[in-house]
Amino acid sequence: MWERIKQILIKEFIQILRDPRSRAIVFVMPIVQVLLFGYAVTTDVKNVSMGVYDQDNSVYSRQVMDRFTKSGYFQIDEFVSREDQIREFMDHGRVQVLLRINKGFGRDLTAGRKAPLQLILDGTDSNTAAIVLGYSSKIVAQYSQEILADRASRLPGGGPLFGQVNLETRAWFNENLESRNFYVPGVIAMLVMLVTLLLTSMAVVREKEIGTMEQIMVTPITPKEFILGKTVPFALISFIDVILITLVGVYWFEVPIRGNLLLLFLATGLYVMTTLGVGLLISTISKTQQQAMMSAFFFVFPAMLLSGFIFPIANMPEVIQWLTYLNPLRYFLVIIRGIFLKGVGMAILWPHMAVLAVMGLFVLWTASKRFRKTMS
Amino acid sequence: MKLMRTWAMARKEFIHIFRDPRSLGMGIAMPMILLILFGYALTLDVDKVPMVIWDQNRSQVSRELVSRFLGSRYFSLQGLVNNYREVEEAIDSRRALASLIIPPDFSGRLASGHKAPLQLIIDGSDSNTATIAMGYAEGITMRFNQDIALKEIQRQGGRAVETPIDFQPRVWFNADLESRNYIIPGLIAVIMMVIAALLTSLTVAREWEQGTMEQLISTPVKAPELILGKLFPYFCIGMFDVLLAVLMGEFLFHVPLRGNVALIFGMAAIFLIGTLSLGLFISIVAKSQLLASQIAMVATFLPSFLLSGLAYPIRSMPVVLQGVSYFIPARYFITLLKGIYLKGVGPRILAGEAIFLVIFSLLMFILANKKFKKKLV
Repeated sequence: MWERIKQILIKEFIQILRDPRSRAIVFVMPIVQVLLFGYAVTTDVKNVSMGVYDQDNSVYSRQVMDRFTKSGYFQIDEFVSREDQIREFMDHGRVQVLLRINKGFGRDLTAGRKAPLQLILDGTDSNTAAIVLGYSSKIVAQYSQEILADRASRLPGGGPLFGQVNLETRAWFNENLESRNFYVPGVIAMLVMLVTLLLTSMAVVREKEIGTMEQIMVTPITPKEFILGKTVPFALISFIDVILITLVGVYWFEVPIRGNLLLLFLATGLYVMTTLGVGLLISTISKTQQQAMMSAFFFVFPAMLLSGFIFPIANMPEVIQWLTYLNPLRYFLVIIRGIFLKGVGMAILWPHMAVLAVMGLFVLWTASKRFRKTMS
Repeated sequence: MKLMRTWAMARKEFIHIFRDPRSLGMGIAMPMILLILFGYALTLDVDKVPMVIWDQNRSQVSRELVSRFLGSRYFSLQGLVNNYREVEEAIDSRRALASLIIPPDFSGRLASGHKAPLQLIIDGSDSNTATIAMGYAEGITMRFNQDIALKEIQRQGGRAVETPIDFQPRVWFNADLESRNYIIPGLIAVIMMVIAALLTSLTVAREWEQGTMEQLISTPVKAPELILGKLFPYFCIGMFDVLLAVLMGEFLFHVPLRGNVALIFGMAAIFLIGTLSLGLFISIVAKSQLLASQIAMVATFLPSFLLSGLAYPIRSMPVVLQGVSYFIPARYFITLLKGIYLKGVGPRILAGEAIFLVIFSLLMFILANKKFKKKLV
């Protein structure tokens, strides 16, 4: 039996690695994904392009602009000189925000009157707009506060002293609030799922589609051996990918890894059982690789979106939150983020591990039972 | 090029598609599921951040501050705690994402005109949520400070004082800052990329794998006829998906459509030809379905989701990636869609993006034709 398993493993590896492009993609896929998620996925908002319509041209109006540019978030790209240009610049998307300082802004401030200050935001990207709105409110409030303090100091008697609350924020687990610390470990979960689920199902169905399945069936290979031979190579590749992503994450992106690496491998092993199982299940219900691919993505897309990988589960409607408990990715993500960022161990992670183990055994068992039935 | 031969190719492909109703069904259901998920379930908006509060001061001022936090819709109280260990426990177990700690001498320091520290501990592992929550907290303290200052000046000066600057932010195009309003139009682009990647990337590779390519080569069909014939059925499916998406946006999600509908379909058609040609190109080059499916993933879906400006602002990315994003056709299409949907602008303003799309589609189509050789290797 071991000899046969060995032979089928050799055949699979030859098939996967024969084509140099296939060999490349095994390594290129994880690297490209880690780089994309490490660099592109950032919800930090920087370099907001700003237009200014300064009708006042006073010391105060220049101070306001200065506050915006000095904050580090804004960058003045355009100066508007006519009313109708506002519409044009916003429509073209040449600026994301437009600061409008009306005539009399400085006069109002010196006279102690309320001075209006208008900011027009492009709301098409609501997430960015909300963050930009927060930044600008803060900048204006700070400026406003300084003017107040200045006025107070000029009151008879040197003015009142007033206390100020000083907010000190500390972020735990990810002190600098780096997006990549959150996303890079998540790439492991996504990639392992793609490799094991998509590739396994397609590789099995390929034998059916090309007709080599008949040839395998006349050999003394048993279904169990066939399943092992088909799954082990992809499981191995996914482990290589895990190591690769971890290396790039830790050494290139400096993502902290505070927990136990062995625990990470153990969790990956449990998780892979589920994804391989689903892959096998898909192969039993598909006749062509096209079908297998479509079915795989039909599973992978919702699984990825409803896992907390990018979109927080707490924001989802309650019914959908319940649904996420069926998603193996959800548990695996908690485990890898726990290991990478929080450095927690078995004591906290065991319930998630247990669920993954139960899920994995169940899915794998069902899949191989079905598989044996369809093969015979 | 003969129309008849092209049509024969298309008919053959149609038969392939209809013979496999499950793949077809999924090709149509998948976009709908994505739209529904993004429309209802997935949002990066942050509100009601669960918070525990440790008020060691228990004064009128501290209670006032606490009520400001809880009065905003951004934070929700998960419980009052009495020591640091409970704070740790709440955050470690993810029961709370934030914790507000008010030190014992808080009101005393404020009354004596000093700086009074206020501590906010936040679970930073989800940096997006943490950043936004921090912004909210800063806003609340800022207003609290301003009120203290106003009150004090008023008390001393004897007359009413107002905040010096009356800040009036106006949000254009999407006044309620609904993320749905830009995610749904933007998603049309991603969906079309997915359709192209999933459906066309296998078609030519399949012929090679199954050996039917030899038969095709022996027929008089020419390369452009074959490619057009292969494109046509998927083009129909893709346009049907666009129609579904536009209808769902209109009737299910009530995304405002301020511009010209015909323009959306016209642009979608151009974009679709480009993405389908790209899918075919991958299929022609890969010659193996397994390989093609992976290349399609890396080359189409991921970049159009991550580098197109749909979910993540391009201007915040490193310069190199910003450069790369210019080569992602979805970037132009998403700008077009947002412009037509939310800004209601027309061809005059969107001409630049439209030209890029046309160039991309032409280029991909020519490339697919060039790469496809009717030769056995």
